[in-house]
Amino acid sequence: MSMTFDDGTFIRTEMVTPLPPPVRRVGAIGWMRENLFSSVLNTMLTIVGILAVLWLVPPLVRFMLIDAVWTGENREACLGPGVGACWPFIKAKFGQLIYGFYPIDQRWRPNIVFAAGLVLMVPLLVPSWPLKRLNSLLFFVAYPIIAFVLLTGGNINASAFLFERFGLVHAITGDVTVAGVNVAFWVDYVLTALLVMAVVGGLIAALGGNGRAAARAAMWVFLAFGALVLVWDIDFGLSYVETRQWGGLLVTLVIAVTGIVASLPLGILLALGRRSQMPIVRLLSVIFIEFWRGVPLITVLFFATYMLPLFLPQGTNPDALLRALVGVALFSAAYMAEVVRGGLQAISKGQYEGAMAMGLTWSQMMRLIILPQALTLVIPGIVNSFISLFKDTTLVLIVSIFDFLGQLRASFTDPNWASPVTLYTGFAFAGLVYFLFCFGMSRYSLFVERRLNTSHRH
Amino acid sequence: MSDLVEPVQGHSKGASFINDPKVRSIGLQLVALILVVVFGWMFMENARDNLAAQKIATGFGFLDNTAGFGISQTLIPYTETSTYGRAFVVGLLNTILVAVVGIFLATIIGFLVGIGRLSKNFVVRLISTTYVEVLRNLPPLFQILFWYLAVLSALPSPRDSISLFGEVFLSNRGIIIPRPLFGDGYGIVLWAIGLALLLAILFGHWAAGRQEETGRRLPVLWINLAMLIGIPLIAMIVTGFPITFERPELKGFNFAGGMRVIPEFVALTLALATYTAAFIAENVRAGIQSVSHGQTEAAHSLGLRNGPTLRLVIIPQAMRVIIPPLTSQYLNLTKNSSLAVGIGYPDLVAVFAGTSLNQTGQAIEIIAITMGVYLLLSIITAFIMNAYNKRVALVER
Repeated sequence: MSMTFDDGTFIRTEMVTPLPPPVRRVGAIGWMRENLFSSVLNTMLTIVGILAVLWLVPPLVRFMLIDAVWTGENREACLGPGVGACWPFIKAKFGQLIYGFYPIDQRWRPNIVFAAGLVLMVPLLVPSWPLKRLNSLLFFVAYPIIAFVLLTGGNINASAFLFERFGLVHAITGDVTVAGVNVAFWVDYVLTALLVMAVVGGLIAALGGNGRAAARAAMWVFLAFGALVLVWDIDFGLSYVETRQWGGLLVTLVIAVTGIVASLPLGILLALGRRSQMPIVRLLSVIFIEFWRGVPLITVLFFATYMLPLFLPQGTNPDALLRALVGVALFSAAYMAEVVRGGLQAISKGQYEGAMAMGLTWSQMMRLIILPQALTLVIPGIVNSFISLFKDTTLVLIVSIFDFLGQLRASFTDPNWASPVTLYTGFAFAGLVYFLFCFGMSRYSLFVERRLNTSHRH
Repeated sequence: MSDLVEPVQGHSKGASFINDPKVRSIGLQLVALILVVVFGWMFMENARDNLAAQKIATGFGFLDNTAGFGISQTLIPYTETSTYGRAFVVGLLNTILVAVVGIFLATIIGFLVGIGRLSKNFVVRLISTTYVEVLRNLPPLFQILFWYLAVLSALPSPRDSISLFGEVFLSNRGIIIPRPLFGDGYGIVLWAIGLALLLAILFGHWAAGRQEETGRRLPVLWINLAMLIGIPLIAMIVTGFPITFERPELKGFNFAGGMRVIPEFVALTLALATYTAAFIAENVRAGIQSVSHGQTEAAHSLGLRNGPTLRLVIIPQAMRVIIPPLTSQYLNLTKNSSLAVGIGYPDLVAVFAGTSLNQTGQAIEIIAITMGVYLLLSIITAFIMNAYNKRVALVER
């Protein structure tokens, strides 16, 4: 395939087929030379690294799977020499690790709460699924109420609201109860609501404002609060389970979810307060946020456990779990406020100006224009603070509330299962559970971040 | 057309003054202030009644009372007859000790792992990524308990302890290290160390100035190292080795002599350092990645090799991004050291908010002091950080 001219000139008409690249530059060998052995230091690092992996991974796998004991009734099964993880121990303690000392015949109640949480949460997490507004309303408002009633048994004894404190209602209605609901309380409640509506409406009208709207607003507040109390007041026939019996993963999730659900509205308010033009409101918000962010959670829990009861009227002795929940909610609200503030700051000024130019009031502007955008932006931040809250819930074991880690620690002391590997088995299992929760959530937050990150796409 | 433009009605009489934004703003702030004052007052009243009912003393006088409990690790002399005030100082010093050692370790591990995550070496990258993902996703208290219960308690008893060079002994009673004994004239050695430090700093400055002027570089590192080791060594020789080390020796079931580092301290410090290191590693990685690749290319085209490129071009720019989150990680580590109470290490919270609170019942004063200490630390850090940020901020236009 070449041409030879008379004068002997040789012209090649076709390219010679290129040789394959040297073996050392491509394929597995090339990759290894490039990535593992490109220099002396690199080679040393590779060897040390592989040795470290070999030193760590095979024993771990052997402990967790190959040498592990899978069946057994008590410690006898896990006493042999060279025995790996004692999984029957986890199986025996599983109920306690999940529910604590929640009565065994009542465990269906936490189960429903877990299932309902899952059913409501999953659609909320998938961005493309519809009905987000309804869904978040259900998850953030209805779900906590239902969960509270299911877990505690509801049927709180609401007895006196305002008038009854002066003994005004009881005398008229007597001790009538309907479905566990004290009628005297509700007569009292309705009377108080009407009184407050009249006072608020009258006051605003006297000042020249829209009295009717103010009275209506007061009515909605009373209706919402009343609905909440009513649900807790009705006797559904569920037996009362005091929070001291709760424990395990149930408590961990209750604290984490309550923390996030309570801290979201509080955090939004605080963030708005911090960005407000009003100096006193701004100052109060800044003090609140920086105070809680500046102290460790454990001191907050000590505060909630020892100091909070002193601040409440004599005789009120709030539940230990409730006190911890208050502490956790205040603490995480401060962090949430900073997350939300980041979102508010990311909204361009044009959005505010546009909303104002449309004649929207401040609350309309925030509700319809700014917050929907800002909150979408900070979903990864919210998930991240949920992760740290989830990890922080472990601290409640210090104020003797038995969360997942606390139950685990308690289960180590069971002489029935005392064996050399019990401790390691427990840590391996708990580590796996915590890791799956936190790692899963962090992956989700990365996924949302990538979805929201439209600026770098060309 | 005229029917489209209806005259505005209702506002003709002039809007009510409560619709005036200024009035509203003042009114709202007044309401907020009144609420805060009323609730604060109510809390105070309740607290006074409750304290009176429970017969709990108020005020800070208790700080002068005898504490009457022992503390397992004290950096300053402390006995059971010391006061609560002294116990507070002991706890505070223990917290600071954990924080300083933890920060030191966390910084080293964090930088190594952070750089490792960007390494070209696949194995190094894999190990670093696994480290970060695992450590970051486990609760710190879990890790502290793991180190304390699963790792340190599993060490052999003092009789079979693991010995490192015959000087340091690892056992389930903690780590035994040689105790320095200070003989006559050890002051001179300490002065010599101070002098060496001062000289090293001055020499570094002078060498940097000389390089600016002449472009010539001196082997600063080696000269400084020689000074830092040499001067104290000469002082030691001259004074006849006043600082000696008492070696721990196994006697019966325990060690005699030497210094014992309690296992609680080891577990807490290691757990906090490795946990915080995972976060520091991510900050370091983000910082290095924030320096655009063009900087590396420009440095290479100026003829700088890889080492100087990293040291002179990349790291100074990355530090600007790394340092602010790094400080907040340091602060987090300090705050997390309060988890000590979970394993009984006598830190500020365990000693003061734990034992002292239980004994005196003066919850308000004690928790206020404890929170105040942490708040003060946060505020100081925030101030230093803001000053630093102002100094290194990019000045654009």
